[in-house]
Amino acid sequence: MSGPATSVDVLAVWDALAEVPDPEIPVVSVVDLGIVHSVELDGERLRVELLPTFVGCPALDVIRDAVAARLAGMAAEVQVEMTFAEPWTSERITADGRRKLRESGFAPPGPGLKLREPEAPLFTAIATRPQATCPWCGSRDTELENPFGPTLCRAIFWCNRCRQPFEQFKAI
Amino acid sequence: MTTQAAEQLDRRAREALADLLLAMADDEFVLGFWDSEWTGIAPVLEEDVAFASLAQDEIGHAQALYRLLVDVEGRGDPDRIAFGRQPEEYRHARLLDHPRTDWAFSVARRFLYDTADAARLDALVASAFQPLAGLVAKMRREETYHLLHMHAWMERLANGGDEPRSRLVQALDRLWPDARCVLAGVDDAPLVAAGVLAEPLAAVEQRWLDGLAPVFERLALPFPTVAPPAGGCRGPQRSDDFLWLWEQFTMVYRSDPEATW
Repeated sequence: MSGPATSVDVLAVWDALAEVPDPEIPVVSVVDLGIVHSVELDGERLRVELLPTFVGCPALDVIRDAVAARLAGMAAEVQVEMTFAEPWTSERITADGRRKLRESGFAPPGPGLKLREPEAPLFTAIATRPQATCPWCGSRDTELENPFGPTLCRAIFWCNRCRQPFEQFKAI
Repeated sequence: MTTQAAEQLDRRAREALADLLLAMADDEFVLGFWDSEWTGIAPVLEEDVAFASLAQDEIGHAQALYRLLVDVEGRGDPDRIAFGRQPEEYRHARLLDHPRTDWAFSVARRFLYDTADAARLDALVASAFQPLAGLVAKMRREETYHLLHMHAWMERLANGGDEPRSRLVQALDRLWPDARCVLAGVDDAPLVAAGVLAEPLAAVEQRWLDGLAPVFERLALPFPTVAPPAGGCRGPQRSDDFLWLWEQFTMVYRSDPEATW
């Protein structure tokens, strides 16, 4: 890159981040998922902080390394870190990200698991019933089969209308 | 007042914080390994997947808590803390000393643990120690799925006919005293004074029991007022079952503690 405008450089960093796919659901990028917490460019130092989707997600190191590899060379020093400064929630998935999930057969996360922290006791979660719209036929007449799917971020639902199972990116 | 750095806490609060983090991390770590014992042999395929995911969540939480502990103490290595200690050095609650036993037992233990842990996380989400508050905010969102899943199984077993119900009741009978250990065994006064913990553990435990009572009443399950076991809620005496599990989960680490993975 040339030119003095650092804001353009930050945009270039975001463009580069938009090319880094999620390793478990590669149709969406780390930007689509909303896991980029901050991008700081200070002269020759570039620092990016990412939010883990799940604390125990085994793909965290892979994501951090992929981001670092894509940003390598954009500044003399590139730092990529994970942070719990704010909780990642499924509401951070962008409209574009939701569309891409739906088009590849994943139900995007629905509402229904909103934790109004810190007021609502966590115990009240035992009564929550996650909901999803079938990505195949669009029906809302669906049932949660298993809150745990092939990866930590995916749940299994059943559509009563088209009688097919489908996966949802969990509302969290 | 909130703080990013543990050094700003007084010495007693810092030591109590380190012990709380170790107790919580060990709870999650040991339960995660018991969960993983169901892999391949759960009653239905969906539960193989569910318990593998539960294990992954809990061990992930433990890893994050061990890392935070290293930050608080300013020394140490998370892997060495997780795998490099002797059995009597672990600080998990006695509830986690029991083996997986049968399905009803694993469900009952998990429900008791998850609900007690939920009350504990509620008391930490506004912690003055910011790094813990941030991690807890994230953990709470994941725990919602544990709670709804285990509650669904409690209903299924309690209303599932004679055998599931009697196995569940037997499991609860055995587990109740040790369940009283989850919200005990940590020096809570300095944590409350420093704003790290919202209220004393006794009050947190009362919230837990108040939340559980209507659920147990609705399912017509025993809700005894039993005292926690006298002494040793969090070690150092451990069951033979835990010694067996420790042998299993430290086996690879002990074979070469200096290896790089």
